[in-house]
Amino acid sequence: MKPPPFRYHACSSLSQALDLLSSLDNAKLLAGGQSLMPMLNMRFVFPDHLLDINPIADLAFIRDEPEAMRIGALTRQHAIEVSDTVAQRHPILQEALAHVGHIQTRNRGTIGGSLCHLDPAAELPAVVTAIGGEIEVASARGRRTIPMAEFPAFYMTPAIEPDEIVVAIRLPHWAPGHGYAFEEFARRHGDFAVVSASVLVELAADNTVRRIAIVLAGIGTAPIRAAAAEQVLLGQAPTPEVVSRAASLCRDFEAKADPYASAAYRQHLAGALTERALRRALQRARPAGG
Amino acid sequence: MDDRHGISVTVNGRTYRREISGRTTLADFLRHELRLTGTHIGCEHGVCGACTVLLDGDSVRSCLMLAAQADGRQVETVEGLAAADGSLSPLQAAFIKHRGLQCGFCTPGMLMTLTELLRKQAAVTEHDVRLAVSGNLCRCTGYQTIVDAALDAAAAARGNDRSADAPSAGTASPRIEDRPLVLGQGCFVDDIDQAATLEVAFVRSPQAHARIVAIDAAEARSLPGVVAVFTLADLMEVLTDGQLPIQYPDPKLAQDLGSFVLAKDEVVYVGEPVALVVAESRYVAEDAAARVVVELDTLPAVTGCETCLSVPPPPVRTGRASNVVSDIRQSYGDIERAFASAHGTFSISLQQHRGCPHSIEPRGLIADYDKRSRRLTVWNSTQLAHELRVALMRMLGMDENEVRVITPDVGGGFGGKYCIYSDEVAVAAAAVKLGRAVKWIEDRREHFVAAVQERDQHWDLDVAYAADGRLLGVRGTLIHEQGAYILQGVNIAYNSATAFPGPYVLPAYDLRIVAATTNKVPTASVRGAGYPQGTFAMERCLDRIADMLGLDRVEVRRRNLIAADQIPYATPMKSRSGAAIVYDSGDFHAILDAALGAIDHAGFPARQAAARENGRLLGIGVACGIKGTGRGPYESGIVRIGPSGKISVYSGAAAMGQGIKTALAQICAEHFGVRPDEVTVVTGDTGAVPLGMGGFASRQTVTAGSSVHIAASRVREKVLKIASRLLEADEADLELVGGKVKIKGVPSDGLALHQIARVVHGSPGYSIPKDIGPGLESSEMFLPDGLTYGMGCHAVEVEVDPATLAPRLVRYVVVNDSGRLIDPASVEGQLVGGAVHAIGNALFEWMGFDDNAQPITTTLAEYLLPTATEVPRIKVLMPEYPTPLNPLGVKGVGESALLPAAPAIISAIESALKVPGLEIRAIPLSPSQLFALTRAVHPG
Repeated sequence: MKPPPFRYHACSSLSQALDLLSSLDNAKLLAGGQSLMPMLNMRFVFPDHLLDINPIADLAFIRDEPEAMRIGALTRQHAIEVSDTVAQRHPILQEALAHVGHIQTRNRGTIGGSLCHLDPAAELPAVVTAIGGEIEVASARGRRTIPMAEFPAFYMTPAIEPDEIVVAIRLPHWAPGHGYAFEEFARRHGDFAVVSASVLVELAADNTVRRIAIVLAGIGTAPIRAAAAEQVLLGQAPTPEVVSRAASLCRDFEAKADPYASAAYRQHLAGALTERALRRALQRARPAGG
Repeated sequence: MDDRHGISVTVNGRTYRREISGRTTLADFLRHELRLTGTHIGCEHGVCGACTVLLDGDSVRSCLMLAAQADGRQVETVEGLAAADGSLSPLQAAFIKHRGLQCGFCTPGMLMTLTELLRKQAAVTEHDVRLAVSGNLCRCTGYQTIVDAALDAAAAARGNDRSADAPSAGTASPRIEDRPLVLGQGCFVDDIDQAATLEVAFVRSPQAHARIVAIDAAEARSLPGVVAVFTLADLMEVLTDGQLPIQYPDPKLAQDLGSFVLAKDEVVYVGEPVALVVAESRYVAEDAAARVVVELDTLPAVTGCETCLSVPPPPVRTGRASNVVSDIRQSYGDIERAFASAHGTFSISLQQHRGCPHSIEPRGLIADYDKRSRRLTVWNSTQLAHELRVALMRMLGMDENEVRVITPDVGGGFGGKYCIYSDEVAVAAAAVKLGRAVKWIEDRREHFVAAVQERDQHWDLDVAYAADGRLLGVRGTLIHEQGAYILQGVNIAYNSATAFPGPYVLPAYDLRIVAATTNKVPTASVRGAGYPQGTFAMERCLDRIADMLGLDRVEVRRRNLIAADQIPYATPMKSRSGAAIVYDSGDFHAILDAALGAIDHAGFPARQAAARENGRLLGIGVACGIKGTGRGPYESGIVRIGPSGKISVYSGAAAMGQGIKTALAQICAEHFGVRPDEVTVVTGDTGAVPLGMGGFASRQTVTAGSSVHIAASRVREKVLKIASRLLEADEADLELVGGKVKIKGVPSDGLALHQIARVVHGSPGYSIPKDIGPGLESSEMFLPDGLTYGMGCHAVEVEVDPATLAPRLVRYVVVNDSGRLIDPASVEGQLVGGAVHAIGNALFEWMGFDDNAQPITTTLAEYLLPTATEVPRIKVLMPEYPTPLNPLGVKGVGESALLPAAPAIISAIESALKVPGLEIRAIPLSPSQLFALTRAVHPG
């Protein structure tokens, strides 16, 4: 299992990478390589050119900005896992990252790579969807921002053009004291989830739910926002009954089946994991002004 | 494509400048460009972790990085862990002390991952360690001793010696195998640096069943770097036959069921080798293999055999009369009377699946043919060096002097290396044809489609039982899926059938045993070789009897176990050779009681009730099994002391990580009063050992151990005889201490072994007394009278998540009789590793095929091996019931723990759920399947 022939290019700057990407035929970007390299070794992909963007130092950063936290696309998953800024602004990322692969893959794997790979059960796309993140992409033609909700185009395919590179992920702040929880069921620790549930919640001063995001992964081809369940909770005091009712709505999505898990089991998990995630997130949430 | 890059990489403090191809992985760069072969390659898709190195201090998988990406970076590998003077790092030392390795193949990756953990985190818990190595697969140890080693090393680094309260004994003397393995100085087959070796990639069938219309290799042959592309027709020039014989001849089997060296005119499973590319590198060989065009005409594929008796399927291979290749009975007692007199009867159907071997080192060989001397030398990662020599002689028309098979370090076997394979013969034939050294290393994807598996068995049983829960009789049918060819024989199904009664009294038994072929990878032994399935079937029957009678499941076992005073117990069954199956020693009730005590079975109802109060589902399961071990007919043992005074042991045994070299050294060393590490052990080399059988069936300590024991005692006798003449003392007054013969009670330096060896080595003109004869050597072939049986009992406590239905094993006890223990730590290692293998079989490992017999689990991300986070700490008790059948009193243990594990776990899951009517009848059991079962009996 050896990679097929290609021409390797070490890109030292974003502009160099963008130029090569727009000028070369059948070029592929190499970020952390934790998904692309196995696919190369297994000869599932045959690029003529491999553009290694790892040397582009200014694509790896974690910045706390007034409205949002921004993470450079090339930031290693492990760096996010141990970042104080992330712990303060979006701790759900760290809770999810504890389920992502293993230390060797998190040392190398990047947030941008994981989002572009878009495995339907992957943790990071689910959490970024829940946060309401935005994907900043660049090309030789300029820059644009894509809401994460619109980022998955098809199964494991991001909505970016062949000449575009994801450069950063913008994660708008949730209120300080917001509740969060990430729950997943995987067959073994570190495996892609069978199903995961990501929950973010803000409570109003009267302890009613004023903002909520529930995202399921592993059900369909991309993360799903459970809008109906969110509606049950919005504006309500999140009593156990309300939480259960909301969670039970998460069983209603049409779920995929594979040899590892039936559709019915996935639907069951969606409800059970959402209920757990909601309970834990609500435990953590502090009411506004509280 | 010319894509060269000059890079400068600092590895273990030394800077290397090289020009490399852009697609060279870091793992291949380290191993093949820098010849730092301590970093191992186990999967090449980033799952097994064997290739873990540190990049600027952070652990990374070197198969998932290009060497070009390491330009200007600092890399640390296992070779850099020890100090310059060779002193081991605390972690390396702890691995040796705690037996944190068996075959040693995963060890470099484990060491690098844990080195990072211990550098970055001063205080670590067991959970931290298990999380850290959850991305490193080990098939041997069950992870427990690795965890112990890491905890010990962490404590030592903090300055407090934790070894006193370390979880496992950790006091065993070091294995003679271990020091090179923790230093990255092991020598596995891909580590051998044979000059100008060519590399092979196979073209394998993409279809399960098809007629070969044409093979066009023109484009592949024209690729620069390609030396040759061979089809079967090309290799027939050096082969005597295109089809392999069945490994162990069985007159009852049709003889045309052996596999082809390369496919002839038809392919009958996905993965069957069709052509072979020889090139200057594996990279180029794979480029060329992809360009060989094989035109196929699809034929119907047989995907299963469950209904082969009622609905005749199309033939697996054109011209075969039937897909049923064996249809026999295991039958004794009055089965009709058993059912007529029964208090109750029931029928039960069981679907059992066992997966693939998955040694972390895949298979592989180097074949080197020297045209001038007409000698073929083969280094093969095999459990069967001597058998391979026989096969190569036959297939290549050579004799014993022309073929030598050498077994280097073997990175685990588990049955996968206990076969003579087409691809091995093809590589050897290519070497002969080219007159070159040719290497083929099986990659992980090939292991899924080209190494043997056990796969499916279908059991349909009727059970008759008495009012008190005793078994009266069992009858039914076992259908065993054989795969497309027969490599060894149909022994798996037979083993399953004879394992079924287990340690219980079964008065009447009538099982039809059918082996049927399908268009899938051939099956043969995977660790346990059919015994686990027979055990699972019996234990499920006993659980069912208990449930039907409202009795405790353990009590039903107690009532059926063979009593201590019935042993030796002659079962009414015969082995395949016709010998009686006799349980030779043991106390089965005592072993059951020991397991119950160790898991506090009496306290379980209270624990379960308390857990239920908190919404937690706790269950317990207990199961027994008995394994026939020490299969004959013999294993060789040669003990020799040359003029250097070095004591050497030679055996046809196969060392594959289980520690057989240490055991043989220990057995030999006792006779000379020396330490085991003063004895050199050579195994699996047909050039050094004339006769041998190899490593399988939990046999080697019994067979090779006994031979070495007898040989060592003969050499010792001779040493004392010579010494008595030289020292002019009576033999009875001599003692052998520290490798020297002394007169008891007389202070002196004594006579060293090299002095004695020198005397009988001979000098021209000086005679050697005829009653002594030249040389210090004895060659023995101990012939066991039959298998020796070791009984085991596993007790397991499981917690099932009420929401996800995922089981978590929380307490696990293994009690196993392995007879007299030679090296208790090795035996414990086999039992823990075996239990974890069986946890995989019960809950995780599933080799899937679709409706066209296409394999759908061909990566280690799809086929789930147990990882450190998924397995419990396992408590092991090893009561010793020495067997009278061999001079050491030893029993085998390599497969024993595979038997009771799955039924105990499944029983515990049922116990946890307490859902009326829920019966688990198939393994492996996924949470999704358990969900479906609970919904079926309890909708909504």
